[in-house]
Amino acid sequence: MSEPLLEISSLDVGYGHAQVLHGVDLQVGQEAVSVIGRNGMGKTTLCNAIMGLLPVMGGSIRFRGVELVGLPPYKVAGTGIGYVPQGRRLFTSLTVDEHLAMLARDARGKRWTPTEVYELFPRLAERKKLSATSLSGGEQQMLAIGRALLLNADLMLMDEPSEGLAPTIVEQLVATSRRLVTEGIAVLLVEQNLSVATAVSQRQVVMVSGHIETEIGSQELLDDPDAQRRYLGVESLEDTGA
Amino acid sequence: MTTVMTGAVNVLLGRRGRHVPWQRAATRLLITAAIVFVLVWIIFLAGNTSNGPAVSAPSDFLKSILNALTISGLYFIVASGFTLVFGLMRTVQMAHGSLFLLAGYFALEYQLDFVGVTATPDRNQVAWADWWLPLVIGVVVVSGLGLFIQQVFLRWNQGQDLRQALITIAISIVLGDQMIQHFGGVAEPITFTHEIHGYVEFIGIRYGIHQFFVIGMALGVGGFLWLLLKKTRTGMVIRAGVDDTPMVQALGINVQKVFAVAFVLGSALAGLGGVIAGSSVTSLSPGVDGQWLLHSLVVVIIGGMGSLGGAAAGSLLYGVVTAFAPAYLPTDYAYYSIIATFVILALVLAMRPYGLFGRPA
Repeated sequence: MSEPLLEISSLDVGYGHAQVLHGVDLQVGQEAVSVIGRNGMGKTTLCNAIMGLLPVMGGSIRFRGVELVGLPPYKVAGTGIGYVPQGRRLFTSLTVDEHLAMLARDARGKRWTPTEVYELFPRLAERKKLSATSLSGGEQQMLAIGRALLLNADLMLMDEPSEGLAPTIVEQLVATSRRLVTEGIAVLLVEQNLSVATAVSQRQVVMVSGHIETEIGSQELLDDPDAQRRYLGVESLEDTGA
Repeated sequence: MTTVMTGAVNVLLGRRGRHVPWQRAATRLLITAAIVFVLVWIIFLAGNTSNGPAVSAPSDFLKSILNALTISGLYFIVASGFTLVFGLMRTVQMAHGSLFLLAGYFALEYQLDFVGVTATPDRNQVAWADWWLPLVIGVVVVSGLGLFIQQVFLRWNQGQDLRQALITIAISIVLGDQMIQHFGGVAEPITFTHEIHGYVEFIGIRYGIHQFFVIGMALGVGGFLWLLLKKTRTGMVIRAGVDDTPMVQALGINVQKVFAVAFVLGSALAGLGGVIAGSSVTSLSPGVDGQWLLHSLVVVIIGGMGSLGGAAAGSLLYGVVTAFAPAYLPTDYAYYSIIATFVILALVLAMRPYGLFGRPA
């Protein structure tokens, strides 16, 4: 692993009195890392905590040496983290173009501008004037990713981007994520879809009941149906023929 | 049995093949019947009312329409500011009416001062700057006060609806008492400049130029807000913020700044409405603040919160009811015209619980 970009240590997070994350430790360098685990294990809570959308009870989250705990979400994003949330969370009153135009000012002259995003996702360019709600699931996910790219972030935080998408779209998603990594953008991917997680990243961090249970290499996980069942509660890929 | 009824109602409404729960269809039928009855009443029957049926007194009918447009315009100016604040920040700004009245009082004081009189001046004494300058002063003062209220009292209570409501109610009570202390309890109007004066006569009706001016101002405000919301970055952020505030922040945008802009703008519109209404349809006196807060609430409830189109539609509907109810209720019952407002509210909410243009939060 290269020099850590994101460094999470002993992170405790909860809602009111119910603690959800217990002493999470995670380091992400200039690479792709997947956080995998079943539903309700605290993966999305981890994302929300990183983005400053949830109050943190203890521990620290450092990004390029800057302490993120206690910063408001817009400052967290400003340090260079692009957030693709679970369920896309597009703005229902905005058109496709407005989603990007809203963020275009700070993107001017940088790697990712609305023009670049449209080049990456030509389907969005064809649907510029449409409301974001009229897009298909795949297009919505493209827009959610494109929107986050305009932050020209060093780290893309993606929460279950493959959820509810058709297999061909998922393939495209994997290709896009890999391309980002080759361009030098780190990717922290939260996934339940094992084939996506293993295709995007070599490191698989397994989350169980609010803490990091173990870390396992992609190939190693793919070769171990028992671990797949244990950590993800899925039938192994071989069994389902996927 | 239910299926038969559903079928029957669907056929009546021309909705063959589309499944509509029969209660809902029945509500629709009822509302359609009510609208048809009101139209028929106004056009043909309406005997023993102050206007009389439209077929026999068309000029009175036209005049009611113009009155409706004027009052709608004022409702729109004030309520569009309210919907901006309410829609974006989910703050029920209960001091909106106070800002309305305070701007009016400031404008009035400065107007009297500029003209050099102590009581309502004659129109011809009021020069161009004696109306416009007080308007600007009133609007600027309440914009500043609005910003102060937001930054000092509301900003750190984000998302705490009840607290915000209580705080702003408290502010409105304090402001109300202070206004009585400083401006007294006697109703006083602001006087339009003599340029906005006189009447237009057409097809037998006389109609005040100032009433057209009010309609023009409302259209101007609507156009300005439309451009702001649709074409500028601030507008996009405001609309996105209405949908999902945390997500806007997670995209690196400081929503607090945009909130402050929206609050200033909302307060300015309350002030603008206060000065214009104080010069046209109402005098300034204690209690006017509460009335206009209520008007804003009604418009936003009818139209749906956070929507400019909703504010326009709500204002129009409410304005029509306000102008037509006293004119077309039998004279013995004209006193009850206020009830029409509640009937409209009930009907709209029965059909669209989030208002005409509203969406579930």
